[in-house]
Amino acid sequence: MTHPTTAVPVAAPKNGRETSLEQQRLRAAFWFLAPMLLMLFCVAAWPLMRSIWFSFTDTSLTDLHGGKWVGFDNYLSYRQLSSGRVIWRGTLVDPAWWNAVWNTVKFAVVSVSLETMFGLVVALVLNARFAGRGLVRAAILIPWAIPTIVSAKMWGWMLNDQFGIINDILLNLGLISEKIAWAANLDTAMAAVILVDVWKTTPFMALLCLAGLQMVPGDIYEAARIDGIHPVKVFFRVTLPLIRPALMVAVIFRMLDALRMFDLVYVLTPNSAATKTMSIISRENLIEFDKFAYGSAQSSLLFAIIAIFVALYIWLGKVDLGGEKSK
Amino acid sequence: MFKFHARTLPAGALAAAALSLAFTGPARAVEVSFAAGVVGSFFEDFAAVVKPWEEKTGNTVKLVPMPASTSDQFAQYRLWLAAGNSDIDLYMTDVIWAPQLAEQFVDLRESAGAALDAHFPSVIESQTADGRLVALPLYTDAPALYYRKDLLEKYGAKVPETWQELTETAQLIQDGERAEGKSDFWGFVWQGNAYEGLTCDALEWIKSFGGGQIVEPDGTISVNNEKAVEAIDLAASWVGTISPPGVIAYQEEEARGVWQTGNAAFMRNWPYAYALGSAEDSPIKGLFDTAPLPRGGEDGSSAATLGGWNVAVSKYSEHQDEAISLALYLSSAEAQKTLALRAGNLPTVISLYDDPDIAAKYPIIPAWKDVFMHAVPRPSAPTKKKYNEVSAKFWSAVHDTLGGNGTAAENLELLELDLDDLKGSAW
Repeated sequence: MTHPTTAVPVAAPKNGRETSLEQQRLRAAFWFLAPMLLMLFCVAAWPLMRSIWFSFTDTSLTDLHGGKWVGFDNYLSYRQLSSGRVIWRGTLVDPAWWNAVWNTVKFAVVSVSLETMFGLVVALVLNARFAGRGLVRAAILIPWAIPTIVSAKMWGWMLNDQFGIINDILLNLGLISEKIAWAANLDTAMAAVILVDVWKTTPFMALLCLAGLQMVPGDIYEAARIDGIHPVKVFFRVTLPLIRPALMVAVIFRMLDALRMFDLVYVLTPNSAATKTMSIISRENLIEFDKFAYGSAQSSLLFAIIAIFVALYIWLGKVDLGGEKSK
Repeated sequence: MFKFHARTLPAGALAAAALSLAFTGPARAVEVSFAAGVVGSFFEDFAAVVKPWEEKTGNTVKLVPMPASTSDQFAQYRLWLAAGNSDIDLYMTDVIWAPQLAEQFVDLRESAGAALDAHFPSVIESQTADGRLVALPLYTDAPALYYRKDLLEKYGAKVPETWQELTETAQLIQDGERAEGKSDFWGFVWQGNAYEGLTCDALEWIKSFGGGQIVEPDGTISVNNEKAVEAIDLAASWVGTISPPGVIAYQEEEARGVWQTGNAAFMRNWPYAYALGSAEDSPIKGLFDTAPLPRGGEDGSSAATLGGWNVAVSKYSEHQDEAISLALYLSSAEAQKTLALRAGNLPTVISLYDDPDIAAKYPIIPAWKDVFMHAVPRPSAPTKKKYNEVSAKFWSAVHDTLGGNGTAAENLELLELDLDDLKGSAW
């Protein structure tokens, strides 16, 4: 990839500098970074390596140090019965796990798409000049500021079938004929979870989009206006390509978050097969069931899946950039 | 990840508090922490119960409130215990946890000694794992059918004795009340959320129809049978007819919410709802009564799932002597009487069932002795450490059926297969 990308700052070595100075700066930078790296190792790398290690053992939560190495048994193993029948075991053939993977992917794709769309709309509105813009910008961030547990509980009550205000409003408007148990019903549970997530996270997307929008120089719009280009065309031909790098970063943040989604489902629809995500199911095995190692295997897979997703996203994103260039 | 770190914060704060306490001087009095799920008015009741112990010993008890859901409590306790957390000295444990957490708790048999003879032997038995007494009983629990006296009278119906009768009566009252404009009125509320409570409810249906108790005491898996299918099918027919469609997301408190606002004719719940329903500000004060849960058809028998809470002393506690002293006090007749009088919790001390004060305040408690004698235990003893998974598979199968995701026959057949896989060569 040699083409120049717009918004990526590259720390290229400048000519005419002495190498020793360069080395000195690098060394200083390393020492400044060292505490951070150490911290990251302790809170991220070490736990991650440890749970990957656990996934290859038969450790249980009552005795964390007594696990024995079992190889890939927690992922996939087979046994041949005396009748000659072969039985496969392990996470990779566990239908509950694949159901959770599917739920998570569904949730991530739908919620992130909706949030990006709504976030962009909100950002465009906030980017326009109007009286009280600062106040509106602050106010729109409120859902993002509320802790997820609190907002999930709040929505849980609002979506409650008997006391919930949502049912009351819809009933009074005549949109539904009887109260709906949003979180309990297997058909609406996922929709309810996505609704709450979109409500909560749209402000975050809006903020990131807004930051992107403010980088777009105003004279481009002026030029477009003088040329008499239709605003919709301006949006798709000027605004969108220019804020694309910012948008891509925002989407990747959200995607990472959505793929490891836990708290919302845990509070709103615990134990519902329609909304169980990968994090929920691995926690269930880790803590509630006596299958700590099996749950560790699922956590490791969750990590691998997220890594693949992100790698794929970055790779596909670049391919797209190349296509644009060849036009 | 951050959520988990955030969760350990209170424990850290607690540790800091304990540390500062340790450094503030030679005062001998210690603060013992007691982690307990808080349902209804337990917070206030517990304070009243421990007061005499605090005055006698000079120590103080700090109640660490936990979420109402037993599954959530279990998860948190498990984490704390696995980490060897010394911030919590005592844990309030569910009757089913003894075999699963046994290794992390102190053996109380010697400390309790002869005092154990005062309790129901079955309760003490349920808290014994591999010969060690893991926890001492705080109170026992067996659910009942709550019914509205006034409404039964209004519609000329009698207290239902079978589930089929209950279905008809509930429908009759619901139709009548709705015709009078109470559009939010429902016939029967219970606990249908996918959690441990549903295992209790469904075990009662199946057992009362003569369909066994999921896994029998000898370890055989009995859940896939015609009687069990009949029982679950009947329950599934309630959802959206006599019970709100949202009942499959209800736990105890949601059911009580509908019931105590006067919007249900019947409720299945634990004894704690009696005291709360009789409180001064309760709209249904004096309008309701309780009965044993219905039978499953004429030849069935009433079944109530054995519940109950116990107190266990953490192996990692730094104040073990004080903690054991508190545990012994909490299981004593004195403490159990206070709790019974305040909250209507059922004592495990047999003699309290003949206590005149308790009989005067809660006439239902002496009557409960019989319900309790016929209580059915959940299969936590035969399934040992796998109980939680057995229970989760069972409640999922039932919850799927209630939610219309497959029939009872299909789901129980699959469940049998799953349990068989889980069991392997032995539980």
